Amino acid sequence: MPDGAAPVLDVRGLKTVFRTSGGEIHAVNSVSFHLKRGEVLGVVGESGSGKSVTMMSLIGLLPSPPAEIRGGEVMLGDRDLLKIAPEDLRQVRGAKVGFVFQDPMTSLNPVFTIGMQIMEPLREHMGMDKRQAEARAVELLELVGIPDAKKRLKSYPHQFSGGMRQRVMIAIALACNPDVLIADEPTTALDVTIQAQILELVKELRQKLGMAIIWITHDLGVIAAVADRVMVMYGGQVAEHGPVKELFANPRHPYTRALLKTIPSIAGAREARLQVIEGQPPILSEAPTACPFRARCVHAMEICTQENPARRPVDAAPLGHGHDVACHWTPEGTDA
Amino acid sequence: MRDTVTEPQKEPLIRVEDLKMHFPIYTGVFRRHSGDVKAVDGVSFTIQPGETLGLVGESGCGKSTVGRALLRLYEPTAGRVVIEGDDIATLTPEALRLKRPTMQMVFQDPQASLNPRMTLSAIIAEPMVEHTRMTAQERQARVFELMDAVGLNRRFANRYPHEFSGGQRQRIGIARALALNPKFIVCDEPIAALDVSIQAQVVNLLEDLQDKFGLTYLFISHDLSMVRHIADRVAVMYLGRIAELSPRDALYAHPLHPYAEALLSAVNEPDPNRARRERIILKGDVPSPANPPKGCSFSTRCPKVMDICRITRPELAEVQPGRLVACHLYTAAGSTGASEAPEPKHNQSQQGASS
Repeated sequence: MPDGAAPVLDVRGLKTVFRTSGGEIHAVNSVSFHLKRGEVLGVVGESGSGKSVTMMSLIGLLPSPPAEIRGGEVMLGDRDLLKIAPEDLRQVRGAKVGFVFQDPMTSLNPVFTIGMQIMEPLREHMGMDKRQAEARAVELLELVGIPDAKKRLKSYPHQFSGGMRQRVMIAIALACNPDVLIADEPTTALDVTIQAQILELVKELRQKLGMAIIWITHDLGVIAAVADRVMVMYGGQVAEHGPVKELFANPRHPYTRALLKTIPSIAGAREARLQVIEGQPPILSEAPTACPFRARCVHAMEICTQENPARRPVDAAPLGHGHDVACHWTPEGTDA
Repeated sequence: MRDTVTEPQKEPLIRVEDLKMHFPIYTGVFRRHSGDVKAVDGVSFTIQPGETLGLVGESGCGKSTVGRALLRLYEPTAGRVVIEGDDIATLTPEALRLKRPTMQMVFQDPQASLNPRMTLSAIIAEPMVEHTRMTAQERQARVFELMDAVGLNRRFANRYPHEFSGGQRQRIGIARALALNPKFIVCDEPIAALDVSIQAQVVNLLEDLQDKFGLTYLFISHDLSMVRHIADRVAVMYLGRIAELSPRDALYAHPLHPYAEALLSAVNEPDPNRARRERIILKGDVPSPANPPKGCSFSTRCPKVMDICRITRPELAEVQPGRLVACHLYTAAGSTGASEAPEPKHNQSQQGASS
């Protein structure tokens, strides 16, 4: 690798389609990215942009049929997750990759205590006995900032508030010291002051434990607060990717540029009128032979309907390691 | 653009006085009345004609309940809601029915608030069937007019809600709210269910309609940056009460109430340099409105809490011209620790006298 350490996760050319009665939906089209230890990759996009489906595809969480993974590689260390046996994948899901979902209300089992739910992966994947698992569970709850942890093991999910439940979910995901934590809109269902608490917690945990995090969200503000690198998805593809500061300061894709302008600011000059992105996101029923953003793009050209643009670097770094964009258009005054 | 609204001498369109909305809790075999969830507990404010009042707060703070009680979708427990001289809270059912056309609502979830078995044209025409004597032809003409106003293609008149996207459905809901030429519209989280790129479209539409028809809005939202864009004044609610009510620019530049300050500091800005600033992280969760803390309801989480806060509940009072705050930092005698509090005044405004 050009910049030293080998990535913990390396995804290349991932393709996922859904087969429906109305034809195929090309939900994920040639998505590539990698993740290094201790790094937070932010994935932004609107509903239907393919951000969640991409992550579910990685670890075989999509029901098949209708989903079908058409191609690509998902290298976790030296193993390709798309090629290993289902039992091995199950082992990977619990122990190597942790998952935190959007809605802490529905992703905890209401009839089991919090303690049982944290201890389950410990006993299943780490082979701990009950005593060890319990001690570790208390440790985990303390780690995510739940007071009175020992007593709370016996509580049921409904006895926790939304923010506390999300902390429990994070504790479960961290139980087996995963290499990669995938967080799918983990703060979307929470209030802003609670969201701020969870963001602080994740930043702290990442420093303490050094795992790699994929943070999926539609909220550019959250990305700005936690991510090291950003991947902007649109229509099942990566539209733009780059280091967080570079991408916010110097967005290259017309979609990213428009998206940043539609959000009103909380400080600074107040805009008289919000910028809009006209039209609707695409329904991905056609094979991806053209740019998915062309119908809403203010810079659309003829070539955009003929050829789906490939990602190209806009700085000196090799593709995927610096700032890159999938667009035929070049902003004025630049030469990439 | 709407700078006339800052003149205070004008008669307000909406005057809410000490509004309370308590939901009883019944427990035990005999369903004994054992307490109340005080969802709204003494809220007072006014809205000038043509003004947009933003109402912000976290889930459970009572902001949606205020919106609903204002239109008497709930029967308020106590207080007055005066809209154009009539107290909505005590009107007889028939008088209320006659009043309904002036006040309408746009709901959060355009999926749940549109009847899936009615066509778009039937949905928009329904208020006219109920409240006017227009002929079917007149109604159809009006439906087309409204569809033009909210940017829906006339060809879609006979389609059903499920055929539309979220943003378009919200336009249908707005067209229906406009059908009877209302003066006042409660917008209850109208953009919360929409994608970022669609939110701006709907907010721009609401602003255009306000300019065109001279509408007055109560804009309920948890999205503080969008409220900054659309509102003229903003009320911040916490646990059923207003913590601060200030003109927009003053509030965002310099929040006075510690909760308003924490809330604004928690907002993530889409700018990595600003988003990583020091923020005020509140400890703990919002207490239950069935069992609010004694004294100030924010005292359990407030970083600037004083002894008096746990004993006496602060009343909403005007501490700077046009700025109402319910906090002892500004009103308690000999206040300390409020270095940036400018000259606390002790006058209780009429809006502050709430219990």
